[in-house]
Amino acid sequence: MTDTAEATGPILSIRDLEVSAPDGTVIVDGVSLDLAKGEILGLIGESGAGKSTIGLAGMGYGRGGCAITGGTVDLLGTDLVQSTRRTRERLRAVRIAYVAQSAAAAFNPALTLGEQIVEAPLMHGVMSRAEARAWMQHLFTKLQLPDPESFGSRYPHQVSGGQLQRAMVAMAMACKPDILVLDEPTTALDVTTQIEVLALLRALIRSEGTAALYITHDLAVIAQIADRLMVLQHGREVETGPTVQILEAPVQDYTRKLVSERHKSLMSAGVDHAASDMLLRMDGITAGYGAEPVLHDVSLTLRRGETLAVVGESGSGKSTLARVLAGLLPQRAGTVEFNGTALPDDYRRRSKDELRRIQLIYQLPDVALNPNQTVAEAIGRPMTRFFGTRGAERRREVERMLDLIDLAPELANRLPGALSGGQKQRVCIARALVAKPDLLICDEVTSALDPLVAEGILRILRELQDRLGVTYLFITHDLSVVRRLADRTMVMQFGRVVEEGPTEQVFEAPREDYTRLLAGSVPELRVGWLDEVQARRGLAHPG
Amino acid sequence: MRRPTLTAWIGLIIIGAFAFVFVFAPWLAPYGLEATVGVPFADPSAEHPLGLDQNGRDLLSRMLYGAQISIGVSLAAVLLSFSIGIPLGFFAAIRSGWTDVILSRGVDTLMSVPVLISALVVLQALGSSIPVLIVTIAVLDSTRVFRLSRVLAQGINVMEYAEVARLRGEGLGWMIRREILPNVSGPLLAEFGLRFCFSFLFVAGLSYLGLGIQPPFADWGGMVRDNQQGILYGLYTPLWPAGAIALLTIGVNLVVDWLLAGQPNRQANR
Amino acid sequence: MWRLILARLAQGIVTLWLVSVLVFAGTQLLPGDVAASILGQNATPGALEAIRRELGLNEPAIWRYFDWLGGFVQGDLGMSLTNRQPVSELLWPRFGNTMALAAYAAAIGVPLATALGVLTAMLRGSVFDRVSNIGALAMVSLPEYFLGLLLILFFSVKWNLLPSLANVYPGMGFWAWIEATTLPMLVLLLVTAAQIMRMTRTAVLSVMDAPYIETAWLKGLRTGRVVLRHAAPNAVAPVINVVAFNVAYLITGVVLVEVVFNYNGLGRFMVDAVSKRDLPMVQAAAMVFGAVYVLLNMVADIGAIAANPRLRHPRETGA
Repeated sequence: MTDTAEATGPILSIRDLEVSAPDGTVIVDGVSLDLAKGEILGLIGESGAGKSTIGLAGMGYGRGGCAITGGTVDLLGTDLVQSTRRTRERLRAVRIAYVAQSAAAAFNPALTLGEQIVEAPLMHGVMSRAEARAWMQHLFTKLQLPDPESFGSRYPHQVSGGQLQRAMVAMAMACKPDILVLDEPTTALDVTTQIEVLALLRALIRSEGTAALYITHDLAVIAQIADRLMVLQHGREVETGPTVQILEAPVQDYTRKLVSERHKSLMSAGVDHAASDMLLRMDGITAGYGAEPVLHDVSLTLRRGETLAVVGESGSGKSTLARVLAGLLPQRAGTVEFNGTALPDDYRRRSKDELRRIQLIYQLPDVALNPNQTVAEAIGRPMTRFFGTRGAERRREVERMLDLIDLAPELANRLPGALSGGQKQRVCIARALVAKPDLLICDEVTSALDPLVAEGILRILRELQDRLGVTYLFITHDLSVVRRLADRTMVMQFGRVVEEGPTEQVFEAPREDYTRLLAGSVPELRVGWLDEVQARRGLAHPG
Repeated sequence: MRRPTLTAWIGLIIIGAFAFVFVFAPWLAPYGLEATVGVPFADPSAEHPLGLDQNGRDLLSRMLYGAQISIGVSLAAVLLSFSIGIPLGFFAAIRSGWTDVILSRGVDTLMSVPVLISALVVLQALGSSIPVLIVTIAVLDSTRVFRLSRVLAQGINVMEYAEVARLRGEGLGWMIRREILPNVSGPLLAEFGLRFCFSFLFVAGLSYLGLGIQPPFADWGGMVRDNQQGILYGLYTPLWPAGAIALLTIGVNLVVDWLLAGQPNRQANR
Repeated sequence: MWRLILARLAQGIVTLWLVSVLVFAGTQLLPGDVAASILGQNATPGALEAIRRELGLNEPAIWRYFDWLGGFVQGDLGMSLTNRQPVSELLWPRFGNTMALAAYAAAIGVPLATALGVLTAMLRGSVFDRVSNIGALAMVSLPEYFLGLLLILFFSVKWNLLPSLANVYPGMGFWAWIEATTLPMLVLLLVTAAQIMRMTRTAVLSVMDAPYIETAWLKGLRTGRVVLRHAAPNAVAPVINVVAFNVAYLITGVVLVEVVFNYNGLGRFMVDAVSKRDLPMVQAAAMVFGAVYVLLNMVADIGAIAANPRLRHPRETGA
């Protein structure tokens, strides 16, 4: 290999890259980038920006029938676009390796982790079996995996998500590659796990001097690890620059929006709900699916017009709480009092009016809308069902509603398939609001959306609350949203309430360790945050 | 829906041609069903393009008439099996719980015996007639329709839009007509094609065994059986009705293949 | 995993019992007088009564069922109504013939078809793949008697290579047997192999589209390694299912083939019994076919359980 001669130049150099989908649409258009030895370049953008496609093109690979249709990809002096398949195969894993978002899907369920990790070094002939095993155990130790000697003998389904993601990093590092392509490596993890993996990953690639293309949609995460950032939109480069410059002095409007949106508060100023009447009181709720309950003795109260955020990591029982409230999962013990009267535990025993007063908005607008019902039908049906509104009056009401959620009236006759993700979520909001509910349960409503789109949804929810006085129960794992939106916050873990209080107090002066850990794990959008956290906690120092 | 592929077009043309014959057979047939017009197994000629059968009847005319029985009986059986299977499948999926367990166990048991064997047992007890054939095939085959519609409806039922409808207090009728049916029509249509192929081949097979359509009616399977010995003299006679059966089945299968192959080629470029 | 397999075995036995109920109910409880249907037009009241007594039709149905089942378990399959011989003497030799024919077809067809299925999956989108697919689709659509007659017309009548009747008898030599059964075997082979090939291709393709296969490509592994080491272990379970499903289908397909070639097997035996309305023979044949079918399905499920890595290496408790 010729890398010694070129040690000072870029090790990966992409010029005018064009990638096309099987139907001929260009998904990456004229992107160029250079990656120096040991450098970490962040590729940031919303879904459909083409960032994963660029990362894979860096390995000469096209996913799902996509093909490189123009430009050059120069990896250590070899153009992967013009090279033979055999040449590309020889470079993969040895020179450039890939870490996928979902390690659970990326590991072969039929083979042990160890077999899959030592496979590449053996197949490429870069190490003997003993060397590869020793190196693997070294990586396991560095990544703080339990029992480094025996961890490799486990199967993928036998370890936790955070461990699997670290094992994926070990697999990518198995041949000591020059470059890692990291494709949202921490996105699927809970916040507290995410920062652990992020810190370990950063320590490892720094100590090995590995360069990386780090692909993510999360600016706060990438700010902790990247030397430079490239902002992408619709398959084109928006701007590129050192991380600090992009975060503090972005040149382009799009970048500016991306950077600034997350700072603004969405609290309605100075409204005190203490005086308004009690809307909901859940008392001693225990509920679950199997033998072991998911919720243990959960109680909460909610006043009219208030926003209560329920936060917690996966498995905390926050969504189960929503299902109990909606009557989809009858509780085993405890009572729910709504508008001063006891609410039947099963939705089938609730009156039409009780059903109407509690509405739900879901995480995935794609499956929350019937693909064969138009927008007008989706929004109009609850009107007919709950108020008997029909015909011309219903059409007028649908139009008024579309206006309220900032959608053009001509969208009324579209099917959901012809709408964007953000538009679909707006339709879901409208469908819930036409029932004129007292309580709106928002279950991770922005988690599946791109940051800017999510921002729009949050803003609309805020406006509507100010206008209609509806009460929100906001279920989310995203603490940055909670902080900007909720009057009160309830923290859950393992199906129990850990802490509850005014949002400001929960975040600024947490009483419980878990709250402190959770609040401290939300990445902040500034360079050096992770270092501070590490210094504070003494986490994962390279060595 | 995707544009038909070349093979799908071929299939559609075949189905169209058979549908035409099915409807207009009595007007198309030059001779009567039972009319003896020459010597047995006479060679094809200008008047008798496919020759004569074992009793000296015009094979083409008999096949045209036979189309109505062959296609008609299987079509009736499939329609009946869908009208049994779909409502029960949807019902089991929506109700879930005990209703589902009982219906599903029953269907599993019925399906644990090969359909041909079950059908032979029933025909042994009741004797063969067109209504018995239609009902037997429909009931036995509705197990598969039940399974598919149950799985499809379950898939829709766990979707959040179905949950929203339930939380709106919508009744069973709305759930089936507006939430489930429109979203499963594609796979059900493909299944209709597959079930048609199955019962079409099945009726013909039974007739070939002498246990299906009985005289005075005649279908293609029976015609193969009747003319079978012709093959030993090197005649093509029994191959014509057998070929007609094969051709229609191929046509329907080609269209089903296109209906089912929704995904474009997703192969990676390595 | 062993618990799952035991549970599946128990389920198989319950299913077998349910099959016996079904067969009995199908032959006895359906509307229509069995005695009258046996005697047909020339039934005198006395003859009807005699038949009823012989069949025990005057006893309660439950009683008759257990009587029949009890005999069946001990190997007593009853007496044939038409030729007055014990059913078991007539049935088992023919059952052996049928199984031999099915085994002959499966022994050649299964390896051939699975190999072709894997090959077409690997060459997805190629001309070979498309041609084999259309060919297989056509093959699946062809009725057994069409193929059978076509083969007879060419191989027996025109070219005089193989006999048109598959005549087998006890004590015949191996090559004579092969010669007699090759044509019916070919028909079974074509029909089932096409189906196995199509389904294997689909099963392998769904594995080849999995993200962990992409991981293997991105590790720079060669095609052979990816297919054999990464795809194959995960494709085994679905392919076992495909094969068992089709071998089970084969035992019904055999009925038509046996009639085409006048082969002395259980299928033709059962068809004859049905047309003669010989109740004990139909019951016995249906039970035997049903049992083989249930057994094959059970073997398939157990194979799939054994091939599933998640079940083979369960999660450690407390990990």
